[in-house]
Amino acid sequence: MIHEFDALIVGAGGAGLYAALEASVAARTAVLSKVHPLRSHTGAAQGGIGAALGNVEEDKPEWHAFDTVKGGDYLVDQAAAVLLAEDAVRAVYDLENRGLPFSRTPEGRIDQRRFGGHTRNFGEGPVRRSCYAADRTGHMILQTLYQQCVKNGVEFYDEFHVLDVILDGRRCCGAVALEIATGEIHTFRAKAVLFATGGFGRMFRVTSNAHANTGDGPAVLARRGVPLQDMEFFQFHPTGIKGLGILITEGVRGEGGVLRNRKGERFMERYAPGLLDLAPRDMISRAILTEIASGNGMRGDGRIDDWVLLDATKLGREVLEKKLPDITGFCRTYLGIDPAEAPIPIQPTAHYAMGGIPTDIEGRVIADESGSLYEGLYAAGECACVSVHGANRLGTNSLVDLVVFGRRAGQHVAGFVKTAGYGPLAKDAAEPARALVARITEGRGPNGKLVREDMETVMMEKVGIFRNKGGLRVAVEKMKELRGRMGEVRMQDRSKRFNTELVGILELGNLVDLAYLTATAALARTESRGAHARDDFPARDDALWLKHSMARLGEKEAVMGSRPVDVSRWAPKPRVY
Amino acid sequence: MRITLRIRRFDPWTGEPHWDADYPVEVDPTDRILDALIRVKEEQDGSLSFRRSCAHGVCGSDAMIIAGVERLACKTLVRDVAVEEGAVVTVQPLRWLPVQRDLMVDQDAFFAKFRSVKPFLINDEPVGDGKERVQGQAERAAFDDATSCILCGSCYSSCPVLEANGAYLGPAALVQAARFVFDSRDRGFAQRMSLLDRADGVWACDNHFNCTRVCPREIKVTKNINALKRQITRSKEGSS
Repeated sequence: MIHEFDALIVGAGGAGLYAALEASVAARTAVLSKVHPLRSHTGAAQGGIGAALGNVEEDKPEWHAFDTVKGGDYLVDQAAAVLLAEDAVRAVYDLENRGLPFSRTPEGRIDQRRFGGHTRNFGEGPVRRSCYAADRTGHMILQTLYQQCVKNGVEFYDEFHVLDVILDGRRCCGAVALEIATGEIHTFRAKAVLFATGGFGRMFRVTSNAHANTGDGPAVLARRGVPLQDMEFFQFHPTGIKGLGILITEGVRGEGGVLRNRKGERFMERYAPGLLDLAPRDMISRAILTEIASGNGMRGDGRIDDWVLLDATKLGREVLEKKLPDITGFCRTYLGIDPAEAPIPIQPTAHYAMGGIPTDIEGRVIADESGSLYEGLYAAGECACVSVHGANRLGTNSLVDLVVFGRRAGQHVAGFVKTAGYGPLAKDAAEPARALVARITEGRGPNGKLVREDMETVMMEKVGIFRNKGGLRVAVEKMKELRGRMGEVRMQDRSKRFNTELVGILELGNLVDLAYLTATAALARTESRGAHARDDFPARDDALWLKHSMARLGEKEAVMGSRPVDVSRWAPKPRVY
Repeated sequence: MRITLRIRRFDPWTGEPHWDADYPVEVDPTDRILDALIRVKEEQDGSLSFRRSCAHGVCGSDAMIIAGVERLACKTLVRDVAVEEGAVVTVQPLRWLPVQRDLMVDQDAFFAKFRSVKPFLINDEPVGDGKERVQGQAERAAFDDATSCILCGSCYSSCPVLEANGAYLGPAALVQAARFVFDSRDRGFAQRMSLLDRADGVWACDNHFNCTRVCPREIKVTKNINALKRQITRSKEGSS
């Protein structure tokens, strides 16, 4: 079946919905989502959205921009960070005006709290910048944006899984998707296609990410020759629930919670004497693993699955119930503890992809090392890399990224399709997608479980918080092997309708491709920067590596390239907190 | 421990009636029922069909009837529903919505009712300072409970009224209405009143409280519905 739209948006989390709101005002727009939009993972974001409103203490967008650059270990494109911080203020007011129920100050203004790496006056001390709605800020953003889409009659194709993008050289002509309900393959012809498919934390064994976070957009584009940027930078959030990886928001530490090891020490005093428990996430995750390795984890055996404690007992029951009700509930449900009375056992959890589809500040996808652009191809949100997060994203900046760049991309799409025509659509445009599905459907083979387990384990152990050449080489070879083994994977379920097993295999193929690029990029970068920590290259190396990596899926091997970083505003300095 | 999941299977396209299939599965008492379902799908029967995403109770994908009660499979631990070795745990799809396959139900009608209550802020007045609408902490607290809703459909399935009256808006849509009716910034009460003040609107609710008991977000659903009833009555008294 062939559909024709001005604009096609793939993904309906925060970035996709905001883009849809903007694009649908001016253009015939369709939104594809493999899950109902309200099931999107934006809804799981907890702690807040950063914006220098200055509602509770002095703050400036310039400080926010600087913190973002420093937090990203200077791999952030600085003009983009300035734009992010300035537009964040407008975006938060816009969300409020559209109905988002922010928590309020006694004066009835949007309340703000502390978050990691956010400081006043270029690092002097923590600042209250995170605008929040209890600990369900992402839920409220997702709800509010979906409500607005209902109000504005945006056209959704729910439970359509993207299979392919249709490119004619550097011109995007549409996309191909699987309708999960029927098993039919649909071709969507569009003047512009915007990918907003979210993250891909499911490549790791312990992750805060939803099952749906499988990087479908980046993987589909990578297989069509689009380079992916900064894939080696994957954030481990320091506080996941032990064993499960379920996120415990940084807001707990923003409200005064502290990390302690088995001796009861507040160990962050030794790692970040200035910001302590509100240092950026990469530093805290490394600190936790260092404590664990030196026998200071709760079990004390130095093994990687040991844990430490997040002590929130001092906050008191009232603060926990009012400001952190969801995480209080998670602790009760999954750990059987009351965080007002007992500390929370935590360990780092794979959380956020800093890397992804390279774009300019309008969301247009970058095609090569020189920065030339695709026509009619856009990306926004976690699947994109603008780059405003550089080597390590600050807490609250993911939600800022969604609303700022989702909106900008949507606006640009709306303008573009007014004058643009359609790219050429070959008769057999859907054939590669059809062949992929047919391969998985026909004949017998393993169901992919072992491939998934191998990928998760190797990525966790060799491409996790601390990395080295030996481990990364093993990981690269393993991912090559797994890509080969994906060719043998077959589904057992023979039904066309609601075949969730087929979707799962397609998702796994996407993860394995992205895991391969992640491991390859991590092996190539012989320095430590932000979330990429190499035991064998412990220092940052600006002379050699102050540049974005570009990883391409070649015919046989991945090919690495690079692009310059915009450091026009603040010269790189050592990153201490 | 070893338990048996007794899962209600159904594929409407085969023309066959639904059946219950038993799947023995090795679990820890602290595993989620969702973990057990995934294990069955991966290790025993790839055709078992269910939705899931976040796996920690915030996306609303995996509402189903577990051991006779509407719950999220990812927020239900084995020990919540199975104490003894060898226990049998029944797993069935939500009620009052057409089954698409196994544990997947068609939520179109459910979301149509959600959309019908105008679930968005209605206020065309200019914002005072051009920035934000001021809202006191007490005003914000007045509708906090309703903002937690993830539209999973648990309440809808638990409601006995819907068995007899399929046209009833249902508890979830009414919670969504309450979320806006009691938001001090909203001006849409008059528009929503005609949708809510009907026999199939708030007045269909008989105060069974099943919705409140099953809500995985612990929303006081019935209380929200009763608050809407009072608000409607008050506004009618005020205008007469």
